[in-house]
Amino acid sequence: MRDVAIISFAQSVSARESERNEVEFLMPVVREAIAASGIERSEIGFTCSGSSDFLQGQPFAFVMALDAVGAWPPIRESHVEQDGAWALYEAWVKIQTGEVESALVYGFGKGASGDLGEILALSLDPYCVTPLWPHADSIAALQARAWIEAGRGTERSLAEITSRSRRAARSNPHAIVSGDETPDELLARPYVASPLRAHDCAANGDGASAVVLAAGDLARSVCSRPAWIRGIDHRVDPASLGVRDLTRAPSAELAGLRAGVGRDRIDVAELYAPYAHQEAILRQALGLPETTNVNPSGGALCGHVMMSCGLQRIGEVARRILSGTADRGVGHATHGPALQQNLVCVLEGE
Amino acid sequence: MGETETGGETLRARHVLEYPFRRSLGPILERFFTGLTEQRFVGSRLDDGRVVVPPAEFDPVTAAALGADRLTEVGPGGVVTTWTWVGAPGPKHPLDRPFAWALIRLDGADAPFLHAVDVAQESAMRTGLRVKPRWAAAPVGSIRDVACFEAEA
Repeated sequence: MRDVAIISFAQSVSARESERNEVEFLMPVVREAIAASGIERSEIGFTCSGSSDFLQGQPFAFVMALDAVGAWPPIRESHVEQDGAWALYEAWVKIQTGEVESALVYGFGKGASGDLGEILALSLDPYCVTPLWPHADSIAALQARAWIEAGRGTERSLAEITSRSRRAARSNPHAIVSGDETPDELLARPYVASPLRAHDCAANGDGASAVVLAAGDLARSVCSRPAWIRGIDHRVDPASLGVRDLTRAPSAELAGLRAGVGRDRIDVAELYAPYAHQEAILRQALGLPETTNVNPSGGALCGHVMMSCGLQRIGEVARRILSGTADRGVGHATHGPALQQNLVCVLEGE
Repeated sequence: MGETETGGETLRARHVLEYPFRRSLGPILERFFTGLTEQRFVGSRLDDGRVVVPPAEFDPVTAAALGADRLTEVGPGGVVTTWTWVGAPGPKHPLDRPFAWALIRLDGADAPFLHAVDVAQESAMRTGLRVKPRWAAAPVGSIRDVACFEAEA
């Protein structure tokens, strides 16, 4: 396997991008990531993006985003209808083939322009589930109650996760919400979909993120401390909610195992958990000890850009390794209802 | 293609967002939805012996093709395995008053599936509640042929 590293990361998140379109808010993020990489735009070998045409409301909407990248002279480019974390996986594979030495990866979405929870009903089984139009919060609530009634945690556990996340988000300039509430104060608020309260559900927003990847010698020549990808894997559980144990995330367990999460200590983990109980499920699935700093950014609960959030989790870990504040970390991305799909990326400094 | 017209400085064009394909249910789900029009629930037996509803065309664990010989009738009564409350239903929801979403495991099945439960208030919902289907007046071969579930008397 070739050594591949993240050498730069940039992000932009807001509660609502009412003035700028996707190209307009993506362009500064792409520019910032490329400038920080130390590689000329024209020298980047591959470009891969993650976004959803469902959010933009028209087919092949992602093609327009190429205006933010600059596609002349012609570039080698690809797109996944997935979070940018999966675009990162494709770019990593592309570098593994030996065809290119570097790649630009970005993800973007306007999740706050509509009711994201209702739009996501369109990604469920089109015959058996979508015609009922369950909101994404409701699907997560079914999982949360199953998790509580299986004895894995309590509503207080949810409040503790949310309280810690909102306090962490106070030092994250990209967070949409933050706070200083105690778990008791959070428990006094009403349900949005019992047993979940509004603060137990992701704060949806609009935005974008970008990273630049480089292979071995190139990474070392432009970056003093690259964040090396030591393992990356993604797995999928059955789509049907009834045929799997909702209190666990078997695909996250398998992806974590294959990415080598447990081979050494993990200083920091950024988990894409759009609902509070999912952080606990993922923490268990990846076997993270109490000593791991989980979601120091505040995580998806405090700022959730659909199609970018997973790449941001990996970027948040990379940022800490690039700056030398962490040595080994794990970035995680999810997709689909109730943690159906999971991607795990282990990063390490030298 | 829409009709294009010029009105002053602005070009206008009609744009219709459409899905111009016909989808078919396939040999297994077809039996499930035909069953619903007859007020019957059809599930299927997986390789590991579990019975799932709706029936699966491919085993979710082994990915093996599952034939029509795996189909088996289940229900109509069942039990709630987890639930949540919808205090403010939207226009697309099966009920126009507050209701519960639940995963419901039908009698004879091992895997639950999602549907609405019509109870008067949230305090009437609990995991383990016995429920039965309320059938729609005019079935069309849709999951909405089950109008909702309700508590067994």
